[in-house]
Amino acid sequence: MFLLRLLFKNAFRHRLRTVLTMVGLVVAICAFGLLRTIVDAWYAGVEGTSSTRLITRNSISLTFPLPLSYAERLRSVEGVTGLSWSNWFGGVYITERNFFPQFAVDAPSYLALYPEYVLKDDEKKAFLLDRQGVIVGRKLADTYGWKVGDQIALRGTIYPGTWVFNLRGIWDGVDAKTDESQMLMHWQYLSETARKRLGRSMADYVGVYVLRIDQPDNAPLVSERIDTLFRNSLAETLTETEKAFQLSFVSMSETILVAINAVSLVIVVIIMAVMANTMSMTARERLSEYATLKALGFAPGFIVKLLFGESLVIALLGGGMGLALTLPVAAAFAKSVGTLFPVFRVSELTMALQLLASVVVGLVAAAWPAWKMSRISIVNGLRHVA
Amino acid sequence: MKAIPFSYIARNLWVRRVTTLLTAGGMALVVFVFATVLMMGEGIRATLVATGQPDNVLLLRKGAGAEINSGIERGQAAVVESLDGIATDGEGRRLVSKEPVVLINLPKRSNGKPSNVTVRGTSATGMALRPQVRLIEGRMFRPGTSEIIAGRSVAGGFRGAALGETLRFAQRDWVVVGVFDSDKTAFDSEIWGDAEQMLAAFRRPVYSTMVFRLAEPGGLARMKDAIEADPRLKLDVKAETQFYEEQSQALATFIRILGLSLSIIFSIGAIVGAMITMFAAVAQRVGEIGTLRALGFRRGAVLVAFLAESLLLSLVGGVAGLAAASAMQAVDISTTNFQTFSEIAFQFRLTPAIVVQTLLFALAMGLVGGFIPAWRAARLKIVDGLRAA
Repeated sequence: MFLLRLLFKNAFRHRLRTVLTMVGLVVAICAFGLLRTIVDAWYAGVEGTSSTRLITRNSISLTFPLPLSYAERLRSVEGVTGLSWSNWFGGVYITERNFFPQFAVDAPSYLALYPEYVLKDDEKKAFLLDRQGVIVGRKLADTYGWKVGDQIALRGTIYPGTWVFNLRGIWDGVDAKTDESQMLMHWQYLSETARKRLGRSMADYVGVYVLRIDQPDNAPLVSERIDTLFRNSLAETLTETEKAFQLSFVSMSETILVAINAVSLVIVVIIMAVMANTMSMTARERLSEYATLKALGFAPGFIVKLLFGESLVIALLGGGMGLALTLPVAAAFAKSVGTLFPVFRVSELTMALQLLASVVVGLVAAAWPAWKMSRISIVNGLRHVA
Repeated sequence: MKAIPFSYIARNLWVRRVTTLLTAGGMALVVFVFATVLMMGEGIRATLVATGQPDNVLLLRKGAGAEINSGIERGQAAVVESLDGIATDGEGRRLVSKEPVVLINLPKRSNGKPSNVTVRGTSATGMALRPQVRLIEGRMFRPGTSEIIAGRSVAGGFRGAALGETLRFAQRDWVVVGVFDSDKTAFDSEIWGDAEQMLAAFRRPVYSTMVFRLAEPGGLARMKDAIEADPRLKLDVKAETQFYEEQSQALATFIRILGLSLSIIFSIGAIVGAMITMFAAVAQRVGEIGTLRALGFRRGAVLVAFLAESLLLSLVGGVAGLAAASAMQAVDISTTNFQTFSEIAFQFRLTPAIVVQTLLFALAMGLVGGFIPAWRAARLKIVDGLRAA
């Protein structure tokens, strides 16, 4: 208890310096947490996947479609218990800056495969009945202030022309991991209108098939069966779990993720330098004090304890405040970027790492001064007393 | 007003080596992040902008925005080809290239993870339209065959894309017969083959894009009017340079905004470090300051001296950070451009403008961090100062 009081007294002896150091720590620990959360958000699509869903796409690349005629053949594959399909619509809402994903889906079967999209019964019914209807996630609706009944116009990039849709429902995610930033429309409407407007091969094609399988363990087996079925056909398929499918998107921007991760470590190193500077200054100033303590009979270990303790007190106070600040800052950040990140949540692991980082900073910062101070000779130290 | 000699300022930093090193080191890291981010954004921009040729014009279906979304029918292509104002080569052939552009999924050589690579169907005319492209290994593909040539980055970065290797896509085996270098432009990240063979293999009835050379520089406006006046042609007409610049915007802006906001947050840490160091410097030298003032140096001179010390400190950090960042120029990186959904390789690029911005950023940190301590030093009363001595 005495030791603890001494540590606090010591830590705030040079109030300005300690406060400044703590400001640095708060900023650094907060930034560290925010960066880790950004990386997590990138993986949100992966987190929200189900192990009983498979995705079948064209093996050349995602930009090549599959014929609608595959649907019946896929349904008859052993182990497949549900089937739906979706197309990337790629429309622009007013300007390119307002990016959000839009999928044209076979609505009844798609909603059955995605029970995590919770929709009111009357809204669901209205959506299914209106061929021009769309439903959107809560987050997306909030971003643009849409209400049920609104008309939304999109400019097509893949399907030319202007498309007007009626907003029929807004879904809520069943948990925090569910994507609420998408728009779903009717595939039948897209296909028929494309045929009328373009009169050619844009209709009757499917971007990807979504399949439900009886049990997760069968995923490799079912994937193999499907891809064998369509081998050497005009459109060869590639089937993978929904998780692998989402991961392939994440790995495309891996370079950026690696950079963000590296940078989040850099900030810890920066604050380590600042903190080490503070501690070495502190130690230098108290040279004579430590020598006095030694002369009074305290062991070198006590001085080491004092320095590490003081460093940890400052680091944990600063780190704790940084941790506390992370949640409101993350909430404000999530609000300002809108639908760029479908899910933005500070995870428990991130918070634990923030604390760990503060402890490491505190320990490393005190290491060099503590080693030096434990070795000063009493005579030299006392000579510093003015 | 007599100024305090510079050597006094510099020696003060040297006396407290460890503290100087730690503070400057923190600043160097911030500066390093700041500079590399700017260099990354510039690298992407420069790579894509250099891809376009000044007199080339690119056509896409109206509203498509990117080559892979676009479609130009053969009939439309024939109409465009017959327009006046297109340059001809030495033998009187029009310099027009009609190209299908698709994405294929290939595994990376390093870790086997798949990424999207752009495949372009072209011809000898297409090569002539892009003078920056030249073969560095092997030979050109023969028209009418399943031969392809790969850009330098693709050949090195993806499995099966090096000279002599075979890639399988669209139910065919394609032999890589050549590797080309496009002088650090986006074409380095592409695979090229015969346009008609590509159309047949991918079963696409339409081209994706058309590129032609203007007969006279500045003829773009006239061509644009001619194409837009024809109701059969619902096409967007763009200078190739402008098109590629637009392709770089989203990614370059994203990296720049992310990096700048990071740098600003980090700089708070570094400024705090500088402030602590300078406060300590002032506190240690109260007696010295009193002596200087008693010798006749004015408050202003003391302020300038401490500010100069802080600026010098930040300059050391800035130069060190910049030196480390400039070493990054040797690194090749690649990522997916989400505007085109395809892989693009680029280099960090250091420009004089970035050097100036980075050093100004470092000095600004020193100025903000050093001002309050320097102010405090300057406000010290001579008597108080001398009493401490």
